[in-house]
Amino acid sequence: MTAIEKALQDKILVLDGAMGTMLQAYKFTEEDFRAERFKDHPCSLQGNNDLLSLTQPEAIKAVHRAYFEVGADIVETNTFSSTSIGMGDYQMEPLVYELNFESAKLAREVADEFTNANSNKPRFVAGSIGPTNRTASMSPDVNDPGYRAVTFDDLVEAYTEQIQGLVDGGSDVLLVETIFDTLNAKAALFAIDALKEKNNWEIPVMVSGTITDASGRTLSGQTVEAFVISVSHIPLLSIGFNCALGADQLLPYLRRLSKETDLLTSAHPNAGLPNAFGAYDQTPEEMRDLIEKYLEENLINIIGGCCGSTPEHIAQIASVTRDYKPRKTQPISI
Amino acid sequence: MKTGTKYLKLSGLEPLVVTPETNFINIGERTNVTGSRKFLRLIEQGDFNTAVEVARDQVDGGAQILDVNMDEGMIDGAEAMTTYLNLLAAEPDISRIPIMIDSSKWEIIEAGLKVVQGKSVVNSISLKEGEENFIEQANTIRRYGAAVIVMAFDEDGQADTLERRIEICERSYDVLVKVVGFPPQDIIFDPNIFPVATGMDEHKNNAVDFFKTASWIRENLPHVHVSGGVSNISFSFRGNNKVREAMHSAFLYHAIQHGMNMGIVNPTMLEIYDEIDSELLIHVEDVLLNRREDATERLLDFAEQIIDNTTKKKLVVKEWRSTPLQERITYALVKGIDEFILEDIEEARLSASRPIEVIEGNLMIGMNVVGDLFGSGKMFLPQVVKSARVMKRAVAHLLPFIEAEKDGKQEAAGKILMATVKGDVHDIGKNIVGVVLACNNYEIIDLGVMVPLEKIIATAIEQEVDIIGLSGLITPSLDEMIYVAQEIKRRDLKIPLMIGGATTSKAHTAVKIAPVLTTTVIHVNDASRAVTVAGSLLNKENSQVYKDSIRNEYDLFRSKFMDRQETKQHIDLKTARERKLKLDWDSYQPKVPNQLGIQVIENQNLEELVPFIDWSPFFRSWDLHGHYPAILDDAVVGEQATELFADAQVILSEILENKSLTAKAVFGIFPANSIADDDIEVYENETRSEGQVTFLTLRQQLKKRAGKNNIALADFIAPKNSGVKDYVGSFCVSTGFGTPELAKAYEDDNDDYNAIMVKALADRFAEAFAEFLHKEVRTKSWGYASDEVLDNEALIKEAYKGIRPAPGYPACPDHLEKNTIWDLLQVEENIGVTLTESLAMWPAASVSGYYFAHPEAQYFGVGKITQDQVASYSKRKNIDLKEAEKWLRPNIK
Repeated sequence: MTAIEKALQDKILVLDGAMGTMLQAYKFTEEDFRAERFKDHPCSLQGNNDLLSLTQPEAIKAVHRAYFEVGADIVETNTFSSTSIGMGDYQMEPLVYELNFESAKLAREVADEFTNANSNKPRFVAGSIGPTNRTASMSPDVNDPGYRAVTFDDLVEAYTEQIQGLVDGGSDVLLVETIFDTLNAKAALFAIDALKEKNNWEIPVMVSGTITDASGRTLSGQTVEAFVISVSHIPLLSIGFNCALGADQLLPYLRRLSKETDLLTSAHPNAGLPNAFGAYDQTPEEMRDLIEKYLEENLINIIGGCCGSTPEHIAQIASVTRDYKPRKTQPISI
Repeated sequence: MKTGTKYLKLSGLEPLVVTPETNFINIGERTNVTGSRKFLRLIEQGDFNTAVEVARDQVDGGAQILDVNMDEGMIDGAEAMTTYLNLLAAEPDISRIPIMIDSSKWEIIEAGLKVVQGKSVVNSISLKEGEENFIEQANTIRRYGAAVIVMAFDEDGQADTLERRIEICERSYDVLVKVVGFPPQDIIFDPNIFPVATGMDEHKNNAVDFFKTASWIRENLPHVHVSGGVSNISFSFRGNNKVREAMHSAFLYHAIQHGMNMGIVNPTMLEIYDEIDSELLIHVEDVLLNRREDATERLLDFAEQIIDNTTKKKLVVKEWRSTPLQERITYALVKGIDEFILEDIEEARLSASRPIEVIEGNLMIGMNVVGDLFGSGKMFLPQVVKSARVMKRAVAHLLPFIEAEKDGKQEAAGKILMATVKGDVHDIGKNIVGVVLACNNYEIIDLGVMVPLEKIIATAIEQEVDIIGLSGLITPSLDEMIYVAQEIKRRDLKIPLMIGGATTSKAHTAVKIAPVLTTTVIHVNDASRAVTVAGSLLNKENSQVYKDSIRNEYDLFRSKFMDRQETKQHIDLKTARERKLKLDWDSYQPKVPNQLGIQVIENQNLEELVPFIDWSPFFRSWDLHGHYPAILDDAVVGEQATELFADAQVILSEILENKSLTAKAVFGIFPANSIADDDIEVYENETRSEGQVTFLTLRQQLKKRAGKNNIALADFIAPKNSGVKDYVGSFCVSTGFGTPELAKAYEDDNDDYNAIMVKALADRFAEAFAEFLHKEVRTKSWGYASDEVLDNEALIKEAYKGIRPAPGYPACPDHLEKNTIWDLLQVEENIGVTLTESLAMWPAASVSGYYFAHPEAQYFGVGKITQDQVASYSKRKNIDLKEAEKWLRPNIK
């Protein structure tokens, strides 16, 4: 059994909050994004947050540190878009392995600092695997419903490269997250399963889907139950939801999920819904109170925050989580 | 790590969980190129849109898993699988159920696995190629996240005995579960259903062995499932659907008891177990269960009796006539038998306290059965129309008694006004829809044909109708429907509009009619859908939801349609003329016709036309789709098609015997040359000085790639300045004289089935006459193909030289040219066929058109034209631009 599986046996683990929200505060310029190494790169790099792991590593480490300091057990690597597909927008496909490797290494270093300081509370690194900006089961062209901008094979290839970097860099767990198209996630799981077999890895896998709106379905149209069935063929550590919704909107789907699966469950909702300017207004206390409902109903094993959540939010969530027992999983019905 | 529950869980957009309590899982099998000729044809022709509709029908019909198979040598199976599954993914109402990826080729299976987001089923893998291959495939399938069907097949071949089946299934299970780590609940065994009653001793135990295998598997291999393709069992009774249906349901009945819990079954080839004729069932089960040494011989003998019609009738009559009254009435309605209905209804009336109760009770019970069977695809249109005939006769018998009692009539589900719009005379489709709706308890107010909009609106208000249904076949009717819609809007009526008829389309309805209205309009393209649509529109609880969804659907359709339109580029008329088809007139010597001028056929012998009938459109008019004669053997509609065809032959011989239809024609061949690129000048005589009339033709304006011409019909006639003496022909045939009277006689006898039949046959005769006359012209009057030898099939395929395009059809969409033909041939004076204000021909069973003799002449579609051609046309025709726009509207970009 891996250390993280052991830790999950008797406590709820706290995942970190948003990376992007934190990095915005630095107000990095184009020059900051480029640094010395990429000063002659042919296209603009501002906004390529994942690149900051190479050009502003201290800032990334500071964010990880901020979350560990307020009580997070797991931080996510700064690799949400670090695939050849995501990096294609910045002409940085050749850097994908390095980005993932270095990002995992940064998070690993910070996590180890904290674990060494207090071995009773081991800290973990989750290798973040985003959905890419293309969908494998939907056409971007309404007039050509059979068209696909990306194929399963493209995705498997891109994810394989990312995952190799994440694991080599020291991730404790892989987190396939913000799944709005299940077929993309299946490609990631396909790559993971093949790499695990090839390299004899033991690394556990977390899966986190995204319910896009009140329809209660993923963007690609699946219900909670269909989503769970579609990703359960690979051994998973946990299954859950993140992004798009605030903690209160997510609650009904977590209830259904919790009923549907005997895997551990996770949630990292947004800090409410964005306001008219795209910012998140939910206060740490408000978010904490909403999350406490999850805990009261015993729905959760791993909890954290997504868009708009800050170390203050995670501090509140971590403090309330201490008072509750983790969700007990039991075989649903044999 | 926990392994999850041990239930088979599949998913599309929604979950499908197979628990021990789950009923038999039905796998839709029409989306299979090896099992459906229709589906194969659609895929071969690349008509994926229609192919998607096949899937939708399966889902609507209750399929819980959709089997998709693209194993056909002539198509790229992997590509077809990818394209098709991608298209299905875009249809949420289809992709809600899991897909079964069915192929014997691994590359096609893998192509399918790469495009489904849900958890699908692979059909199938086996030990055929050895254990290594089996393990690798199973491992890959697990990694893609699919369940799997395993065939009882190994290196030595397919298992055909109980022992071999058990041996292979057990070995497969062990390898999958212990070596691959495949979840046992995701394994479905197909232990091979083989035919019985083949006459070979070694096949006698095939069904029993299957049952025993199924039991053994469910008892010994934990968590797995058993499936199979059921139709194999009755293979030796092909052509005898009655026996096959009984065998399928009896087989399933026993197989399910032995643990088979899913299967590929054609629901239309399945009799209800309890309804299998008891004697037949004994014979079938004797064979399936191998209960007697002579079981096969006995079933074969019995089957022959069933085929033999007289025996069948006697046998069946004896059976159903002895059942209780309600069963007899229901049976008569379902089977469309009116032989005994009056005596049964009289019996019912005498035992009822009021005659109305017979309608509300006995008859409605029967018609509900009909409605359910039709709704679930187990009955076809011609059967329903026959049921309606029985119903009408019964009601007609009861009416005088009800009148005498002077009380209210039964409450209808709703009142629907039906009309063929002004200027149009075609009503076959409208009548069918009317009959089907009436069967479903709607009160139909049929205003007939050529109904002015004022009358439609006035009647709708006066009668407080719930729905207005408009029908039309010719293109000007499309505009007429818009006018009706405008009037509905102007009067602020809240009545929903249903649009149907051959020329109508969802596109026209969405783009041209829906924007006019704030209320609901919906295009209904077949009779079976009309019932659901009417039901949804009039549903008291949630009709608004339905109406809103229709409006959204049409708004979306419109915007997509408009987007698409913009992508097609058109060129101006001048450029199009420069790109016209330039035939080599220097080396072309037109055949001088053997006989010039007008000729009239007063009374064509109908017998001569029969061989020229193209039957495929006849079946289409009854919503039975497929090509004649293959349609008679079609797995789904074959039986119905055969019956319909037989009924048609009866009416056909009556028509021939009584000479109740009269066929007339007028035609002529004239000196002609093309002028000013697009027009054809027709001369009185060979001096070619006096232009008698001028045919205006329309030219394609779609931007085409280099080397492709923008054609107009005038391109097939030598230009005046070429000096070549060319000719053009024109014709009008009609077989409609006598049709209305004959149809009316049937209608008065409450026999809509045969009334519609008469009209459908008259239409076929008119087309056959046009074909016949064209041949006469080619080989005799004009004589340019005097040596041609073509059979009917070649004629239907238009394998002959020269063409006979008709105004109102794609090559010459302009109906106004009919006026020119009428002038030239003096059609009305010569044979009495007239034109309505919308330029539909009356009688309706008429065809008119031109003859072009040039060997390069071909059928084509003009497509969209731009405003400059409309302006040019109005000038050449010497009519208002507005007038020209009115007539050409469907073709104006």
